Amino acid sequence: MSERGMLSRLAESLFWIGRYIERADDTARIVDSYVHRMVEDPFNDESATCRSLFSILGIDVESERLRTVETLQTIVYDVENPNSIAGALNGAYENARRSRDYISSEMWVALNTTRNELPQREATARGFGPATYLQYVRERTSLLAGLTDATLSHDDGWRFLVLGRNLERIDMTSRLLRGRVVSDENAPDWMAFLRASGATEAFMRNTREINDANGVAAFLMLDRLFPRSVLYSLNLADECLVEIQPASQRISAGDAARQALARARGTLEFIDPRQLIDQLPELLEMLETTCFRITDAVTDRYFRREDAVAWHIEEGL
Amino acid sequence: MGVVFEGDATGAWNEMFSAPGQPRPIYERLLADLNAYQPQELRLRSDQLSRTLIERGVTFAHSGEERPFPLDLVPRILGALEWDRLSRGIAQRVQALEAFLADVYGPGKIFDEGLMPRAVITSSPHFCRAAFGITPPNGVRIAVAGIDLIRDEHGNFCVLEDNVRIPSGVSYVIENRRAMTQAFSALFSDHRVHPVDSYPSRLFSALLAAAPRKAVDPVIVVLSPGVHNAAYFEHVLLARMMGVELVEGRDLVCRSNHVYMRTTNGERAVHVIYRRVDDDWLDPLQFRPDTVIGVAGLVNAARAGNVVLSNGIGNGVADDKLVYTYVPEFIRFYLGEKPLLDNVETYRLEDAEARAEVLGSLAKYVIKPVDGSGGRGIVIGHHATKTELRSLHKAIVASPRSYIAQRPVALSTHPTFVGDAISPRHIDLRPFAVNDGEDVWVLPGGLTRVALGEGELIVNSSRGGGSKDTWVLNDESIPFRGAVPPASHRSRRYPPPPRQNEEYVAQKGEQ
Repeated sequence: MSERGMLSRLAESLFWIGRYIERADDTARIVDSYVHRMVEDPFNDESATCRSLFSILGIDVESERLRTVETLQTIVYDVENPNSIAGALNGAYENARRSRDYISSEMWVALNTTRNELPQREATARGFGPATYLQYVRERTSLLAGLTDATLSHDDGWRFLVLGRNLERIDMTSRLLRGRVVSDENAPDWMAFLRASGATEAFMRNTREINDANGVAAFLMLDRLFPRSVLYSLNLADECLVEIQPASQRISAGDAARQALARARGTLEFIDPRQLIDQLPELLEMLETTCFRITDAVTDRYFRREDAVAWHIEEGL
Repeated sequence: MGVVFEGDATGAWNEMFSAPGQPRPIYERLLADLNAYQPQELRLRSDQLSRTLIERGVTFAHSGEERPFPLDLVPRILGALEWDRLSRGIAQRVQALEAFLADVYGPGKIFDEGLMPRAVITSSPHFCRAAFGITPPNGVRIAVAGIDLIRDEHGNFCVLEDNVRIPSGVSYVIENRRAMTQAFSALFSDHRVHPVDSYPSRLFSALLAAAPRKAVDPVIVVLSPGVHNAAYFEHVLLARMMGVELVEGRDLVCRSNHVYMRTTNGERAVHVIYRRVDDDWLDPLQFRPDTVIGVAGLVNAARAGNVVLSNGIGNGVADDKLVYTYVPEFIRFYLGEKPLLDNVETYRLEDAEARAEVLGSLAKYVIKPVDGSGGRGIVIGHHATKTELRSLHKAIVASPRSYIAQRPVALSTHPTFVGDAISPRHIDLRPFAVNDGEDVWVLPGGLTRVALGEGELIVNSSRGGGSKDTWVLNDESIPFRGAVPPASHRSRRYPPPPRQNEEYVAQKGEQ
């Protein structure tokens, strides 16, 4: 960390830009894998599939009978919902507005045009199906990720953004797996998970066992080289935290965020990959709490603004 | 497409033509260039201009909505000679206003001399008692001024109003030029136009020069009310181009009369605040207690000399519209010079005779509230309804200090691309001046605002106005005032290079 630090408010905005862009991307990937199933599987139970989609995205629904159209409205197009794709992009945009003096103008223009373009894309998608919209979102989020890495100085602000991106990625990958773990037969199959993570080729090159559930789960959880795996993202998040606060490498009072990260990494490192599937439910639960803890700890340490009010006697009054 | 002279019934000055078919010399080239385009092509380029601006998010917030600020594709041109005169007039005016503020919040010589009743000041809504005792280290209270000019029927520029609180609009000057050079690069290769992108570095130097003397490596910030402010885009642009932090009130904290910003690594001291927050909202301890965008303790920190607020608090007293009527006298009194720029003919309504005359034929005048900005509250007599005039009459009788009356001036017109044709629209000019304590530098050109409705006279963006890129042409024969390097290259941050002459002289002296 530079000794001067950066504005807390700015750091927080960047952290959330990272999270929201990643959220839009991952949600698009997950929805895509479901859409395949909804459209291609003749035995599909529409309502149950929608419910499964809601549950892995952590959205509570009350309605008894769910229809694809409304489900897509809530999860894809609803700007008011920060968990939807449009909502996440809007969240990124709002945070970018607040940090426009920091991010590169190329990033800003990319986010701004994406936001301006979405209504048009939505109108098209309503006629031709969501695939084009999802494709567009994934292209734009990739562009934004690329610009983030190519046009921002890799300083603390960038690290907060990358930290946010990786926490969100851990969260979303574990959500994706959770859909299968709750033994939901309406969730997409394992191959669809790989496709959703863009991991098909990487996985295939690594193994020949296509229908090995344990193999897929292990790959998405434990692979050290694939950038969307949980372990990879945990490692990257830790690197960011170390660089933001180098002192935490020495003996110190302990950084709550790094402790939570270390615990999660430790657990994953000691897992026998062949037995992974049996422990998956507990692991995913652990990852969910880890993400919460880290976000809280980072917020507390770096973004907190409201100090307790302290009145001093002002000089010369 | 043929750009032709169209007469104006109001007798307004046409910027491009002196008579039908007779373009003014500085416009000849532009006219020939424009005439070579087909209307469809102009439409395409105009669309490209607005697309560039929308993509870059060049907007202003109006009634809670982000709107692009329309940029007209026909640039406005100012000749080198004319600009030389204008910029000297503006600099003179800023210096006089600066001297006036130092006097008002200081010895009050102007009142002792009887040139202005003290009551004019104490009755001004922007007079600020808290500003007494805050002495800027380099004497600058007006780091940035926006002096609104109009050209009257005879082609003379006169000052419509001074803005020395938190004038805005300079970001549009910078962004307009950027968009124009992209969409119309050919026009620029035919003209030698003074660039405008040095503004941020000028401002930065001025802010650096304003820092408290004890600050070794001064930290400068831009203080913004936040994303919902109409000029937020500008705050961002300036902070980014100056390479300083953009902060909001909640990012700052005052302790023991020092100001700090909250960072991820604890608190960091702040020395100069280029604030874009009005006095009223700046400090709940001094002004409105219910402000949440301000910072408690800011004014005391400024009084203790630990931080400099720029522009200074209480500046509003100098751009009060009644005080405006005294500015030509300030110039004579403080500077001992003859004013280079005239005021618009203005009547003080506290004066019984003038009041009777104005109230007798309200429809003949333009009435303005003394503390309005952005065109708010202005009544143009012959456009107003009877009811409006009646209530205005009542308001003036109740509080003559709150209003001034001006002779209506037909703002000059300029050919403007509206719909698919080029027709004349009324324009004004807001040049921006930056004062670093040694010199007042005026950004070449400034913001030309254009009233897009036909015959419309109020050009403010909040009233649906647009803008024009404003060109100051270069002329080798006329020395350009902007040629002096900004202060930072002369002082403070870097120690000055040893002066050989002095050393030489010193050595000689010892011999």
